[in-house]
Amino acid sequence: MSAIAGRSLAQIAAELESGIYSSVELTERCLSEIERDELGIFITVTPEQALFSARQSDRRRAAGERLSVLDGIPMAVKDNLCTKNIRTSCASRMLESFVPDYDATAVSRLLCCGAVMLGKLNMDEFGMGGSGDSSFFGAARNPRNPEHTAGGSSGGAAAAVAAGLAAYALGSDTGGSVRQPAALCGVTGLRPSYGRVSRSGLAGLAGSLDQVGVIAGNVRDCALVLGAISGEDAADSTTLPGTAPDFTGLLDGGISGMKIALLEEQCSGMAQEVKAALLETVKVCEGLGAKVERVSVPLLDTALPVYEIISAAESSVNLARYDGIRYGYRAAEYGSLDELYTKSRTEGFGREVRRRLMLGTLLLMPELRDTYYNRATRVRTLIKSELDRLLESFDLLLSPTVPTLPWRLGESRSIGERRDCDSCGVAAALAGLPAISIPVAGAGMQLTAGRFAEAELLAAANAITEADR
Amino acid sequence: MSAYELVVGLEVHVELKTKSKMFCSCPADFGAKPNTQCCPVCAGMPGALPVLNRRAVELAVKAGLATGCKINRKTKLDRKSYFYPDLPKAYQISQFDRPLCEDGFIELEGRRIGIERIHIEEDAGKLVHEGERSLIDLNRSGLPLIEIVSRPDIRSAEEAAQYLKKLRLILLYADISDARMNEGSLRCDVNLSVRRAGERLGERTEIKNLNSFSNVAKAIECEYGRQVLLLESGGEVLRETRRFDEKSGTTIAMRGKGMDYRFMPEPDLPFIELSERDISRIKDEIPPLPDERRERYGKLGLSEYHSQELTADRRTAELFERAAELTGEVQHLAALILTAIPAKAEKYAKLADMLGAGRISSAESKRLLALDGDPEENAIELLSDEVQLREIAARAVAENPKPVSDYKNGKAAAFKTIMGAAMRESRGRANPVMLQQLLLELLSP
Repeated sequence: MSAIAGRSLAQIAAELESGIYSSVELTERCLSEIERDELGIFITVTPEQALFSARQSDRRRAAGERLSVLDGIPMAVKDNLCTKNIRTSCASRMLESFVPDYDATAVSRLLCCGAVMLGKLNMDEFGMGGSGDSSFFGAARNPRNPEHTAGGSSGGAAAAVAAGLAAYALGSDTGGSVRQPAALCGVTGLRPSYGRVSRSGLAGLAGSLDQVGVIAGNVRDCALVLGAISGEDAADSTTLPGTAPDFTGLLDGGISGMKIALLEEQCSGMAQEVKAALLETVKVCEGLGAKVERVSVPLLDTALPVYEIISAAESSVNLARYDGIRYGYRAAEYGSLDELYTKSRTEGFGREVRRRLMLGTLLLMPELRDTYYNRATRVRTLIKSELDRLLESFDLLLSPTVPTLPWRLGESRSIGERRDCDSCGVAAALAGLPAISIPVAGAGMQLTAGRFAEAELLAAANAITEADR
Repeated sequence: MSAYELVVGLEVHVELKTKSKMFCSCPADFGAKPNTQCCPVCAGMPGALPVLNRRAVELAVKAGLATGCKINRKTKLDRKSYFYPDLPKAYQISQFDRPLCEDGFIELEGRRIGIERIHIEEDAGKLVHEGERSLIDLNRSGLPLIEIVSRPDIRSAEEAAQYLKKLRLILLYADISDARMNEGSLRCDVNLSVRRAGERLGERTEIKNLNSFSNVAKAIECEYGRQVLLLESGGEVLRETRRFDEKSGTTIAMRGKGMDYRFMPEPDLPFIELSERDISRIKDEIPPLPDERRERYGKLGLSEYHSQELTADRRTAELFERAAELTGEVQHLAALILTAIPAKAEKYAKLADMLGAGRISSAESKRLLALDGDPEENAIELLSDEVQLREIAARAVAENPKPVSDYKNGKAAAFKTIMGAAMRESRGRANPVMLQQLLLELLSP
């Protein structure tokens, strides 16, 4: 029975403060749950480091020197965020033995708050996939039903929180990879605005799309963690200058008077349950005093192909550094430099990664780049302006996070089904907007706000989930 | 042979004189032990992001301003992809379609060689081959470079060498780079094609692996010859990369597939934006350049030769200029400074004055230059007393009847003998100008 499931960070912090249990006790409970886990949620567990941090935390607490509300609370990190002296594999054979000697900024900021890291979480290989199937270590399973996918690419992160193995988790979102698994596992997943959180140390796949995200049991917890990891980082030139604002300040403000646009183009192909949940969400919003209006943005029909082109092209270049030369997997035998490269990369990368790298490479070739890549970047700019414009007359955009319910692992799904699944997640990434998935009436609902309007976004998400309780 | 015109463009890579690398804070020093100056960024580790070195951008802008380029106020960086073991990310961060500087020139004797563009990029590491093994040193990976691409305006090997010398001088003057080919802080690739008069540009080859200005010139001559021979015998010039082999003095085709670099805008770095103030502040950093100084010296009355020599080095030029504020005797000043005997500006100026006033001989000025102390105190001055000089002149004439009569009979060269005798009698101290005049007076009919 999980020590964490169903408890908010504030509750856990209060219970630690009042000595109901210590951080060490809490951490030990989590570690033994993890040991029993058969859902493939963790790739690497770090009991020694976790207990060490927990002891430090207890010592601080005893001396009245708590670092933050997160001090002493166990969490876990997606395995594409570098962790010093701890293997970071990106769920790939290519980095199966890779141990960085540096922390990702988001990780180090949490550790500086006293967070206790339990280990590294399963994911789709290099973030490519929405089901966990491409993981070198096998897919993580959904705690709500072990036959089902936990989604992806931050499947392990969502499953860890849903199973109560960690109080919250860091993931990464490139085109929905935090929000979709959160939806499929019934927890809350936040993708911050592009530039809100440093990407330094995130072995990402597309520099213009990746963002570090937060998965937690509720909106308030997401806000707390976001506050700890946000803010300018000298190591990442794309971060917003200055320190981050307080994201918890507006949380109880409600949504009365807000205007919410229901995006038609993201409401196609919904399963019955999802449709019902969406209707329920609309009712809740209206009940809270917000106005929900159906809006059509035809340009959004191009969002998925635009995303696929840009992310494939960027990732073909981003992942070129994994060449078997300086670190990572190198083929055991090769007869020439060319063979070193081709064998290491063919053997080191799984099928999905290879497919996307080949696609991305092709798309940047002179014969094709104008038709696809250049055109896609132009349309991306259009999509961004459309959504920016829309968010001038609306406070929020609403859609289901995923049109379907979790599917059975290993079930063959048509390309159409897979793409429908991805289509809701990519627009926010293309436009650099913050978006959150919250569980409402049994399915994940997605809210999107204007760039850097996380406080407003979290307030609305909080109001809706509270009302839905 | 001369039926074929030589068409050459040069691509010069220059290491910028910064404290740290282009995209990380690793030191940019030369000569450290292998792999002691690298970090996750310049080693291409997962998740490591580049951060732009502003000083490198400023030096690149300086280079553009110093060569008359237009500076683009908003530019971006791009990823240039290819696989090679010395390139850690398997892409180089460079600039593709919007370089920092465009449309400049280098002025040679009466001809301008156009500069198409100057852009910033990072250097790759170094491969060291040890028998069967190749070792990678990443110290150089990420060093800040500018690439200066000339237009194909160069028409001879000599011109190419002059272009490089001039470019290097400008880079040194403006403190942009040490620009040493033997240290690799200046590298040059040659693009060469030939054509008959009136024809379109021929297919060009690229020649790499050139490590001195003279090798650049040699390689150009050699490749010109090879291409002409090839065409004359009915062959075709292939677009390829060749390396210059110093020992054989030939260019040899390098194996290698043609590749596309799949340029892509660098998402990890924002646009580079420069304000007018930024650019004028950088412009103020540029000292007067050789050409400008030579013109000024010419107006002061200096010869072309002196001007060239003084401006061959910025410190020498500045020394001259400081001294020239203290004396009007600029010709003497130039000659003194070019003796390369070190001294302060005040001393040079003083000596120039003394020479100009005829108080000392040239030999004496050099002695005083090398001697510590005030020249005024140490000077063995020329004898300029007219009465005494007349006596010496008269004695020389009296004691050298044969040369005197030779001279009076039209042998102009005999004057030298008489003058020599008079100078000897004065133990070299006679003011030669005055003495000569007096002798001529005495000897005139």
